Amino acid sequence: MADPPRDDIGARTRALAVRRNEYGYDPFGLNPDHLRTAVRLARWLYRSYFRAEARGVENIPVSGRVMFVSNHSGQLPFDGLVIGAATFLEPSQPRLVRSMVEHFVPTVPFASYLFARWGQITGTPENCRRLLERDEAILVFPEGARGISKPFSKRYQLAPFGLGFMRLALETRTPIVPVAVIGAEEQAPALNLKPLARLFGTPSFPIVPYPPFVPIVPLPVKYRLYFGEALQPAGDPDDDDEVLEAQVRAVKHRIQSMIHMGLRERKHVFW
Amino acid sequence: MSSGERTKIVITGMSGRLGRVVARRLHRDERHALIGLDRRPFPGRPKDIEHHQVDLRSKKARDVFRAGDVRALVHMGLMHDPRASTAELYSWNVSGTAHLLEYCQQYGVKKVVVLSSADVYGPRPDNPQFLTEEAPLLAAQRFPQMRDLVEIDHLVSTFFWKAREIETVILRPVHILGSVHNAPSNYLRLDPTPVLLGFDPMVQVIHQRDVAEAIARALAPGARGIYNIVGPGEVPLSVILSELGRRTLPIPHPIARPMWSLAFRLGLSSYPVAELDFIRYVCMVDGSRAERELGFRAKHTLRETIRAVDDRAEW
Repeated sequence: MADPPRDDIGARTRALAVRRNEYGYDPFGLNPDHLRTAVRLARWLYRSYFRAEARGVENIPVSGRVMFVSNHSGQLPFDGLVIGAATFLEPSQPRLVRSMVEHFVPTVPFASYLFARWGQITGTPENCRRLLERDEAILVFPEGARGISKPFSKRYQLAPFGLGFMRLALETRTPIVPVAVIGAEEQAPALNLKPLARLFGTPSFPIVPYPPFVPIVPLPVKYRLYFGEALQPAGDPDDDDEVLEAQVRAVKHRIQSMIHMGLRERKHVFW
Repeated sequence: MSSGERTKIVITGMSGRLGRVVARRLHRDERHALIGLDRRPFPGRPKDIEHHQVDLRSKKARDVFRAGDVRALVHMGLMHDPRASTAELYSWNVSGTAHLLEYCQQYGVKKVVVLSSADVYGPRPDNPQFLTEEAPLLAAQRFPQMRDLVEIDHLVSTFFWKAREIETVILRPVHILGSVHNAPSNYLRLDPTPVLLGFDPMVQVIHQRDVAEAIARALAPGARGIYNIVGPGEVPLSVILSELGRRTLPIPHPIARPMWSLAFRLGLSSYPVAELDFIRYVCMVDGSRAERELGFRAKHTLRETIRAVDDRAEW
């Protein structure tokens, strides 16, 4: 198939390798009509609002299973959206990235099914395994909630990584593409009010020093994405945590050094 | 082959809509001699089908097995009447099943096929998209009404290990659609159909005749184990309703619960309020084991399966 033009969302959606049934849905609830709408919004955020730049696009595999592993920040997961937009818009052949949504999302009206229509899935190891076995692309933030809710003072310092993604990669023999996101860490310079978080029983309670004081609208920072060369972890998925930790550290260092490079390269947060 | 060599198969719940579909499928094979056990009569049955209008817990039910030569039991005679008392339901469903399993062991039955349901896993927000047979049966946590079904499933799993000389098969089919009078088919026949505003879970459905086919395959010598039985695919609930041309009545979920339980108490609805979660969260299963080991694959397409709820009863 000829390469679809860079920003032609219709052609790019058609070029996606999605298995659909007679009603146009894939088993995870993805529907291309819904996806097109979401990608239009994502493209606007990617091109106009965040004016994102992506380096190392050639490291995004054209096909086959892959796990994108990235730093996570910014109070709201715009970093996931921007990575998804990059893999959809930038390579010669679009890749649809499946990211994991939190377990409370299926209990929220509309979000419950819209995320599924856009190809996003409930974050369980079983779902990841199944998608990787179908040779799909998934996005993992090993910092998890610790990363996204980190306060402004901790920007660009990676929170501890979980080990689950490494076990999964070893088990399914999936290459890992490390990703560094520069910009998201400044999109919502937040303080974490721990007493309020405890009061409301949420993992964090971020506030920002400008109206509306809760980080709903991100600042129009400039996003810079760095896709690193794929790593192929080798070993036994049932190894002890210490053995896996060494492999996880390698991935973490790779991301951290790309972050340092990106921070050196950039002249300003907003342009 | 003379009728004397036919293998006897006892089917509980044969007079029900699904029971008749299954009887019809098994009747096609002339090596089978079918014996029905049901409290209800079975008018218009073919002459060579034996039918006993008895209670599963009664001595007469035991006599059917005692007469000998019963090769297989197909147990699908569970009572789902949401208005019956829980004690009566428990006694019929759980004690009835325990009795049947005891007769099978006592009188040398070779095969037991029990029709459970994929509902036993329970619809939950954190469910993986596809549950395998190893997933825990959590339906009873939120659904007291499902407790019997979960308990029967556990009872039969235990029996599977206890009576190794018997080939025991548990089938857990997804929502069965057709002329059957079960909760999902009845729900889809409502017009307008109440739905929860902002929720549209992916659901799996299977045609009643495909379920009969799965039972036929489970009866084959050698088959044993627990199997999820899936239909032709997965679709959002809204797609099923638009395929059927239903109008929908979206209700915000915080008020749906009280409305629903009021409607149930007034007798306007036959759905216990806990079943609302089935139209809110996913409860889907992976059917690949049945495909691999039983060679089962649903023959009806999604469209045929969905449309089957408006079909007329068979037989």
